[in-house]
Amino acid sequence: MTGTSMSSERNKQVWNVIVWLLLLTMPYWMPLTGGYTALASRVVVLALAAMALNFLLGFTGILSFGHAAYFGLGAYGVGMTIKYLVPSTGLGIIVGILIGTLAAALIGALIVKLRGVYFAMVTIAFGQVFYFIAFRWNSVTGGDDGLSGWRRVPLDLGFTQIDILGNDKAFYYLVLFCFALSCAAMAFILKSPFGRTLLAIRENERRARFLGIPVERHIWISFVISCFFVSLAGALYALLNNFTDPRALRWDQSGNFVIMAVLGGMRSFWGPLIGAIIFVVLQDYVSTQTEYWMSIIGIFFMAVVLFFPRGVLGMLKRKRAA
Amino acid sequence: MTTLILFNIFNGLIVGAFYALMALGLSLILNLSGVINFAHGGFLALGGYFAYELMRHGFDYWSALLIAPTLVAVLGLVVERLLIRRIYGRDPLYGLLLTFGLAFVLQDATRYFWTAQSVPYQIPGVLASPLSTQFFFLTGYRLFMIAIVAIAVIGLFLILNRTRLGMRIRAGTLDLDTVSALGVNVRLLRNVNFALGIFLAGLAGVLAAGMLGLQPTIGDSLIMPSFVAIIVGGLGSLPGTLLGGLLIGVASGITTVVFPSATEAVMYVMMGLVLLLRPRGLLGEEGRLQ
Repeated sequence: MTGTSMSSERNKQVWNVIVWLLLLTMPYWMPLTGGYTALASRVVVLALAAMALNFLLGFTGILSFGHAAYFGLGAYGVGMTIKYLVPSTGLGIIVGILIGTLAAALIGALIVKLRGVYFAMVTIAFGQVFYFIAFRWNSVTGGDDGLSGWRRVPLDLGFTQIDILGNDKAFYYLVLFCFALSCAAMAFILKSPFGRTLLAIRENERRARFLGIPVERHIWISFVISCFFVSLAGALYALLNNFTDPRALRWDQSGNFVIMAVLGGMRSFWGPLIGAIIFVVLQDYVSTQTEYWMSIIGIFFMAVVLFFPRGVLGMLKRKRAA
Repeated sequence: MTTLILFNIFNGLIVGAFYALMALGLSLILNLSGVINFAHGGFLALGGYFAYELMRHGFDYWSALLIAPTLVAVLGLVVERLLIRRIYGRDPLYGLLLTFGLAFVLQDATRYFWTAQSVPYQIPGVLASPLSTQFFFLTGYRLFMIAIVAIAVIGLFLILNRTRLGMRIRAGTLDLDTVSALGVNVRLLRNVNFALGIFLAGLAGVLAAGMLGLQPTIGDSLIMPSFVAIIVGGLGSLPGTLLGGLLIGVASGITTVVFPSATEAVMYVMMGLVLLLRPRGLLGEEGRLQ
C-alpha cells in the first residue's frame, strides 16, 4: 500500500467518525440552527431513500426515476398494517418492506433488459400505477386525502417499552438505528465480490458481459436491493408523519431522491446524505417563505444540473486531485 | 348500452389523440436529442393560456389556435438555446433533472400569472352544440378536435417525409455525427426540432383547454400517458407513438364502461404486456433499447 492510499484510508475513517457523531447528536444541535427533531428524522429518512437509490444509480450505473413507487408502497404497507391488521410498528415495517420489495422484484424482471433513457422512462411510467391505485382505491387507501386515522405504536421489546410515539427523540434514534443498519448492509454488499461486479457493470457493461457475468441478473438483484431499502425508508417516513398520501409515490418524489443523490455526489457513499441534508432543509425553509416555493426548487434543480453536476463530494474530490 | 360503449370509445379516441399529439412532440425531441422533456406538460398549459390571453385581447378563436402554439414554439426555441442545449451528450440523468426543474418553474409561472383556479375558456358556439340528438356525444368540438389533431399529424409526417428539414431530422435520429459531418448545422437542427415538438404541445394545450378546462396543472394528467404511448408504440418510431397514443386512449375509454376505477391503470397493464412480449414496442426498431 502506498503512502497516499494509506492516508486516504485514514481520511475515510476520520470522515466516518465525524458523520456518525453528527448524526448521533443531530436532535441536540438541530434546534440551534432553527430546526426541530422531526426535521432531523426527515433528513435521515430521506437520506436513506437517496442512498438506496444511489446503490443503483451511483454504484450500478442504472437510472431509476420511479423509486417513489416503492417508497410509497413501504409507506402504505406500514400504515395499512397498523390501521387494519395489527397495531405493531415492527410488523408494519416488515410488511411495508415486503410489499415494496415484491413489487420491485416483479417490475424489475420486466424492465431489466432496458437501458439508459428508456429504462428511466419505463420506471417513471410504472411508478404511476401505484399512484393511481392509491388514488383510486378510496375505501382502503383513503384516496387523495391520504391514509390517516392510525399512529405509530410504541415499541415493545419484552423487557421494556420504547415510547417512539410520544418521544420525538426516541423515534429519531429508531430511524437512525435503521439507517445505520442499512448503511452497514449496503457498504458490506458493495465491498463484496457481488458489489465489485456491479461496479464493473457500471464501468463497462460490454466487457463485464464478455467475462461471462450474467449482467441482467446482477442489475435485477441490484434493483431489488435498492428498492428494499427505499421501502424501508418509505415505511419510516409514514411512521414519522403518522400519515401517508398518494404524493409519497408520485414521480416528483422520485425526482427528489435523484436530485439528493446528484447534489451530494453520486459516486460517493455519503454523497446522498449530504444532498438530503441540503435539499430537505432548503425545501423546509422555502416552503415557509413563499407560496411559489416550487419554482425555487425548480430553479435549484436546474442550477445543480448546470453548475454542480458532480455534486458536493464530487467537487471536493476533484479539487483534492487537482 | 351500445350508445354508451360508442360514446366511451369515441371519448377514448379523443383522449388518445391528445396523448398522441403530446407524445409525438416528446418523441421528436427524445429521438433527435436524447432528452425526455418533463416540462412538456408545462408548455401544453402555456399553449392554453396564450390562446386565452389572445382571445381576451380581441383575437378570434381560429387565429388563436394558430398563434398560441407558435408563440409557445418560439419560447421553446429560447429555452432550448439557453438551457436544454447545455446537457446534450451528457448522461440522460441530467436532461431529466433539468426539464423536471423547468416543469416546476413553468407550472408556478402559470399559477403566478393566471392563478391556480381554472379560467373561463370560450370555444366558438358553432363548435359547442351537439350534431345529433341520438349520438349526443358527437359535439362539433369533439369532431373538430379530432380533425385538427389529424391535420397536425399529417402535417408533421409531411414535414418529416417531404421536406429537407424533415429529412435531416430523420437522418439525425439515425446518426447525428454523420449528418453533422455532411455539413448540416446540427445545433440549429436540434433547436428547430425542439420547437417543433413544443409547437405540438402548445396546440394540444389550446385544444385540451376547451375540453378539460384550463388550469396550471392541465398537463399533469397528459404527460404520463404520453410516456406510456411512446413505450407501447416503440422507441424511435413516430408512427408507433401515434398508434400507442390512440390505443391506450381507446383502451381507457372502453375500461371506463366495464371497470371505471381501472381507467388509468389499464394503460400501464398494456405497457407491462408490451414490455413482456415485445420489449421494443409495437413498431419499435430492433436495437433501439440500448
